[in-house]
Amino acid sequence: MPRRRLYKAQKPLAAVADLSEQSRPTGCDAQKPSGVKECASLSRRSLLNAALFLPAAPLLGCSSSRESNHSEGQEPPPVFAFFTPEERAFVEAATERLIPDEEDGLGARGAGVAVFIDRQLAGSYGRAEHWYMQGPWATGVPEQGYQLKLTPAALYQTATRNVNAWCQKNHGKDFAALPGAVQDDVLHGLESGDIELTDVPAKVFFTMLWNNTVEGFLADPMYGGNRNFAGWKLIGFPGPRYNYSSEIEQYGKPYTLPTVGILGRNGTLLRKG
Amino acid sequence: MANPLKPVDVVLVGFGWTGSILAEQLTQTGLQVLALERGKFRDTVPDFATTQIQDELRYAARDGLFQDTARDTLTFRNSVDQTALPMRHLGSFLPGVGVGGAGVHWNGQLWRFLPEDFVIRSHTEQRYGKGFIPADMTIQDWGITYAELEPHYDTFDYLCGISGAAGNIQGQIQPGGNPFEGPRRRGYPLPPLKRSYPTVLFDKAAKEIGFKPFPCPAANASAAYKNTLDVQMGPCTYCGYCEWFGCGNYSKASPQTTILPVLLERKNFSLRTQCDVTRINLDSTSKRATGVTYVDQQGRQFEQPASLVICCTFAQHNALLLLLSRIGQPYDPKTNTGVVGRNYAYQITSGVDVFLDEIMNPFMGAGALGQAIDEFNGDNFDHGPEGFIGGGYIALWTTGGRPILQHQLPADAPKWGAGWKKAMAENYLKSASIATHGSVMSYRDSYLDLDPTYRDVYGDPLLRLTFDFHPNEIKMSGFLTDKAALIAQAMKPRSFHAIPRIGHYSIVPYQTTHNTGGCAMGADPRTSVVNKYLQSWDVHNVFVMGSSVFPQNAGYNPTGTVAALAYWAADAIKNHYLRSPGPLVHM
Repeated sequence: MPRRRLYKAQKPLAAVADLSEQSRPTGCDAQKPSGVKECASLSRRSLLNAALFLPAAPLLGCSSSRESNHSEGQEPPPVFAFFTPEERAFVEAATERLIPDEEDGLGARGAGVAVFIDRQLAGSYGRAEHWYMQGPWATGVPEQGYQLKLTPAALYQTATRNVNAWCQKNHGKDFAALPGAVQDDVLHGLESGDIELTDVPAKVFFTMLWNNTVEGFLADPMYGGNRNFAGWKLIGFPGPRYNYSSEIEQYGKPYTLPTVGILGRNGTLLRKG
Repeated sequence: MANPLKPVDVVLVGFGWTGSILAEQLTQTGLQVLALERGKFRDTVPDFATTQIQDELRYAARDGLFQDTARDTLTFRNSVDQTALPMRHLGSFLPGVGVGGAGVHWNGQLWRFLPEDFVIRSHTEQRYGKGFIPADMTIQDWGITYAELEPHYDTFDYLCGISGAAGNIQGQIQPGGNPFEGPRRRGYPLPPLKRSYPTVLFDKAAKEIGFKPFPCPAANASAAYKNTLDVQMGPCTYCGYCEWFGCGNYSKASPQTTILPVLLERKNFSLRTQCDVTRINLDSTSKRATGVTYVDQQGRQFEQPASLVICCTFAQHNALLLLLSRIGQPYDPKTNTGVVGRNYAYQITSGVDVFLDEIMNPFMGAGALGQAIDEFNGDNFDHGPEGFIGGGYIALWTTGGRPILQHQLPADAPKWGAGWKKAMAENYLKSASIATHGSVMSYRDSYLDLDPTYRDVYGDPLLRLTFDFHPNEIKMSGFLTDKAALIAQAMKPRSFHAIPRIGHYSIVPYQTTHNTGGCAMGADPRTSVVNKYLQSWDVHNVFVMGSSVFPQNAGYNPTGTVAALAYWAADAIKNHYLRSPGPLVHM
């Protein structure tokens, strides 16, 4: 396995990787694949994910063609910055049920929604950097909003463990290994709160997962989701075009110019920094 | 001990719309004016360039331009018997931060309040009798009239280059405008914006029912415009990224596009950014302010002496600053005494989603591109049979079709899965939404005070918000929603469904950033923090701007009235206060 150069955009993620290292029992040795000797936090984790999961999702990519060294015509594998293999498997499986690809490929898998969520959790959003996170902590009423002591990153970690434990107990397998129809039942149970998770309120987690899934499907592709404008093409949004002065009064007529993102017409380029 | 600095004549706390207006007006007199802004400097170039600003994730979903709750937030509860908990991230409303304040990321929906709105208590008592006002409703007259404010509304219209159709010029009703508006001295500086398809359908449907629809007044320039300070604005391109974004096209009026190019050149003006004002300082008598204390980006504390202190922060933050500085008596809901924090109000919104057969291209829009009816605002209709006070406009806005947060689905569409996906594919291009925008009255139990538990980054108490919707507002909003549904039905859609506002007020879903009150203006110091010139009753060289001075909220977006009041206060300071510093109203 050749070592892959990390995409530049992932540089600022070091702090989160450090945080997650501290909070996880797995440590370096537990997951160290052969051929990866260092135990530096970020690069190790990312390399590790890339190395472990290269065969799993060959269609998902998250580096620009200039940066990658893959052979002609083949998409590079995604580089995951945050998720452990277990978390990644859960989020990929869950988001694929939430927005299924079906025949058209215009779903969470084709759009790279899990890549998007991974990058979000590795960044300031995952760290709740702009949230008020001082105690004391209380449950409150729903009208008072989010009151968990967990950052979004920590909520995903905890909830993934809890959901898989629930699935093991009730179905004998992790969520990702269950048939689609059973996965749907579990997701409905989380959504309604009928399934009680050990450590976190299921509804709160489902709401965050669903919101992030929609974001990953419909945000600009430079964040890793909505790859090749999958989400925008499904609904007919042409992207952030600048000027509709001559079209706005053409009532009932479809808008025909091609889809663009902030980085242009290539829906696979990622934002730097 | 704070480091003392060289005194200035005027210090402005906060540098959004009101700070910019005050600075521009007061520097004309030669005074040394200093603005202290807690956020960063930002300008059209490079911060709002279209090559980066049209990013829904960063700016809308991740609150890119708004107050950072990690540094400053408030605690919230519905009623006094609950324990208030921190608003840990933004939701219901989105206070601004940084140069230009919320004036950077507003939609540009620019309204005037109705003449009756300013005298709501006396007018209601006169028309419906004293018993019509519930006992716990603490509405009051503003101490100012529409006629007094009219010249200042006009000043702001021509500063911003408002696009619209006048409905009442000097008492003459104008065809195509809002026939219910108060008389204006002249028409708008620019013609209305181009119309989107959904607004055309709304217009037709409303007329069929017998309403009088009109184009909403817009601070989005429909054509090139050189404003009253000789600042050039460009025509709007209908890109659909106004609210929650900055305008990269010099088309949406903001401090940056209307005032700052002139103001920043004036030698007697200075601006310091990333400076958090933590206190207004008083002299030993507590009757006069000596300046402010602030903390800069490096955590250094400074004392800035000033002859005049003007609070220009976002809405409720003004009340926080007064409470922390011990200016004015804090409001106590138990005894119904005190004034600072009293009469917090908000707005109550609802909607009707409409699904049509034809392509609507919802992504073509502008923040204030809408068609509205005003039949049910203020006291434009007989409230006697309805049994509530207040009202609002009903409008179909096409502010944009940003896909994450601006898609609508039929009520029976699945919430996720293959059915959701199918519904998204079938409806995104063929939907629209009618909004109702209702007033909220003030009540004895809706107020702001200091939280006993939670602290900000400086260790100061957070502001505590106690607020819920009352039966009067729920009833009024339901009434508006029913009227909106009538129009929706007349648009002959495939389907439509109402989304009424029911239950308790929640801090979670975005509703509106039209928070008001806490520093109410008025004619009586027992029920107001500032007099009709927005001057503190207690400390005569402190003035308070913004929607924090509204004694209750009307059924319109507040910015027009906020700006008109700022010009009105500036006028009083220039022409009266500076000649003879002291109370402008004697009791």
